[in-house]
Amino acid sequence: MSSTLHTATLAPGRFGPYGGRYVPETLMVPLFELERAYEAAKSDPQFQVEFASLLKNFAGRPTPLQFAARLTSHLGGPRIYIKREDLLHTGAHKINNAIGQGLLAVKMGKPRIVAETGAGQHGVASATVAAHLGLECVVYMGTEDMARQSLNVSRMRMLGAQVVGVESGSRTLKDAINEAMRDWVTNVRNTHYLLGSVLGAHPYPTMVRDFHSVIGREAREQILAAEKRLPTHLFACVGGGSNAIGLFHQFLRDPGVKMVGIEAGGRGGQLGEHAARLAAHQGFTGARPGVLQGTYTYILQTEDGQIATTHSISAGLDYPAIGPEHAWLADEGRAEYSAVTDQGALEAARLLSRTEGIIPALESAHAVAGLIERISPNSSSNADRPRLTPDDLVIVNLSGRGDKDMDTYTRAFGTK
Amino acid sequence: MSAAAPNATRIAERFADLRESGELGIVAYITAGDPTLPATHKFVLALADAGADVIELGIPFSDPLADGPTIQRASERALKTHTTLAQVIDLVREIRKSSEVPIVLFGYYNPVLQMGLERFASAAANAGADGALITDLTPEESDDYRQILAAHNLDTIFLGAPTSTDERLAKIAAASSGFLYLISRTGVTGAKDALPDDLPALLRRARKVTQLPIAVGFGISLPGHVSVLGGLADAAVVGSALVSEIEKATMQDSSPAAIDAAASALAIRVRSLKEAARHGLSRREVAP
Repeated sequence: MSSTLHTATLAPGRFGPYGGRYVPETLMVPLFELERAYEAAKSDPQFQVEFASLLKNFAGRPTPLQFAARLTSHLGGPRIYIKREDLLHTGAHKINNAIGQGLLAVKMGKPRIVAETGAGQHGVASATVAAHLGLECVVYMGTEDMARQSLNVSRMRMLGAQVVGVESGSRTLKDAINEAMRDWVTNVRNTHYLLGSVLGAHPYPTMVRDFHSVIGREAREQILAAEKRLPTHLFACVGGGSNAIGLFHQFLRDPGVKMVGIEAGGRGGQLGEHAARLAAHQGFTGARPGVLQGTYTYILQTEDGQIATTHSISAGLDYPAIGPEHAWLADEGRAEYSAVTDQGALEAARLLSRTEGIIPALESAHAVAGLIERISPNSSSNADRPRLTPDDLVIVNLSGRGDKDMDTYTRAFGTK
Repeated sequence: MSAAAPNATRIAERFADLRESGELGIVAYITAGDPTLPATHKFVLALADAGADVIELGIPFSDPLADGPTIQRASERALKTHTTLAQVIDLVREIRKSSEVPIVLFGYYNPVLQMGLERFASAAANAGADGALITDLTPEESDDYRQILAAHNLDTIFLGAPTSTDERLAKIAAASSGFLYLISRTGVTGAKDALPDDLPALLRRARKVTQLPIAVGFGISLPGHVSVLGGLADAAVVGSALVSEIEKATMQDSSPAAIDAAASALAIRVRSLKEAARHGLSRREVAP
């Protein structure tokens, strides 16, 4: 393991070669302002008190770390704990970051926020925080995603946010980010862009990670209290990678803790059929380092550098780029990444529902499916990987709950 | 006679000539491959013929986040016919067989990065391009890029914005060669009715920090805009208004007749802008 890993960020906004700030000039000064506001907030006791208070009293932190007794015995492998981010207000981890950035918007005197959303969880979290803090909120969402996550569209509107459908490109998360950035660049003087993952230009990947690092801080204390030892493995799904980095970051200095990010394998390895940026070892093709939406990272793209379309049954993972810190953790071998298919995620969702009484979001179901693959591999590409044993101790980040995905689950499983 | 330095690009020479005649330049943007590359070839010659001083040739990109709907659609049309950066560079070589109009390759960073900076710069220079402007690249992230392009005698043009501080404008100008491209308003590309009120102040701030020619873009479409800019800027960039003409003329089909109609429409547009540029206040007339 590289010793430089501990410094986390090398040059400002860089994770090894990844990250950076690739934006139109109009956004540079606003990004500097945001960076300064964020740096000031880190050492501002008043900000920290407000942030902690909203996390506790509004969002409902800390979340439990629940021992999954029946899942553990069903799978016959390691002891499995579930970090219950699904129990947070609005139903997913996204609220941690939305609260942090919402408070920053207030500090910066920006009365309006724009956000993008894929699965709708970040949109709901943004709309919720905007309502709570009295900010105007506009959420951009691909029309494909609006159709498959209609419950969240209704929730955002109920909360007073304006939801704008995006018809360009593949009408999913990537296109929603383009449109949110166009709004931001136009209204930058009174608007904060509340980006929902560890993506985009510096300082977003660092700032969003820090706002989510509460997940790992709690989990570390909770597992030590429950088991008197650190976990051997962490599992989390990775779209942009915010819930994963939130869990991973507090364990980076613990070499005995292996970290596994699970990407969306969709329908298969061919470019356009998946959203797996770091799973070339499993035959998922098309990812190379490049620049998209402000950051240098692994991106699914064509030979000519056009961004590829992606597919995942999960709107929140259906995105061609991965957070730059994950790209670096993968290069350094500090974290490993693999993908599970749509079908694997669906089956994991049903299993978790029936063993633990928890209906997971489709995104989070990928993390569970990834864990199952490492205990009893279904896919030949995982057959040669070391299997987890009963001596291992696992934390799975259950980043969100499945209410929003009931239509998809019903279509997949019928009424049985 | 050009007053530019001996190893200057066509861009510097053209701006030197414009300064000498006290005339505002017209920089014309179109997206390469919209609707086809042979059509773009015709359009560029028509624009140059009508008096465009510099051509910005857009490299289509799947995610043009600094562009408004008009240029987004142009990019989509160009990508539908699988236009690649390599083909855009080949097009420059073809254009050079019959025209010496200064050409800037204009686009987003990823296609250039995937080709490789060295390969891009050497191919573009060999083909006869004069410079490049990458929308999502700022001086901070561009050390390699600038060094490599400069080694191939290509101008690196960067954007200045209304949100840029004086200090940043100086930094951007220092990283730029050929000209400085000043964004007239916060926002994406696209035709607008009026120029923003704070544009003269922005231009004055930019003048203070650079001797480079300054081209103003974003939202410029009408002869009236161009007249206003005379005496304030060195050139006006017009993009979406031209792309709209192409879109209108080729909406039904891209037959040779439709392409010819689009080329004529572009020429008429540029002639009227050029006319306004000649009859508007000249730089020399209002220079302090």
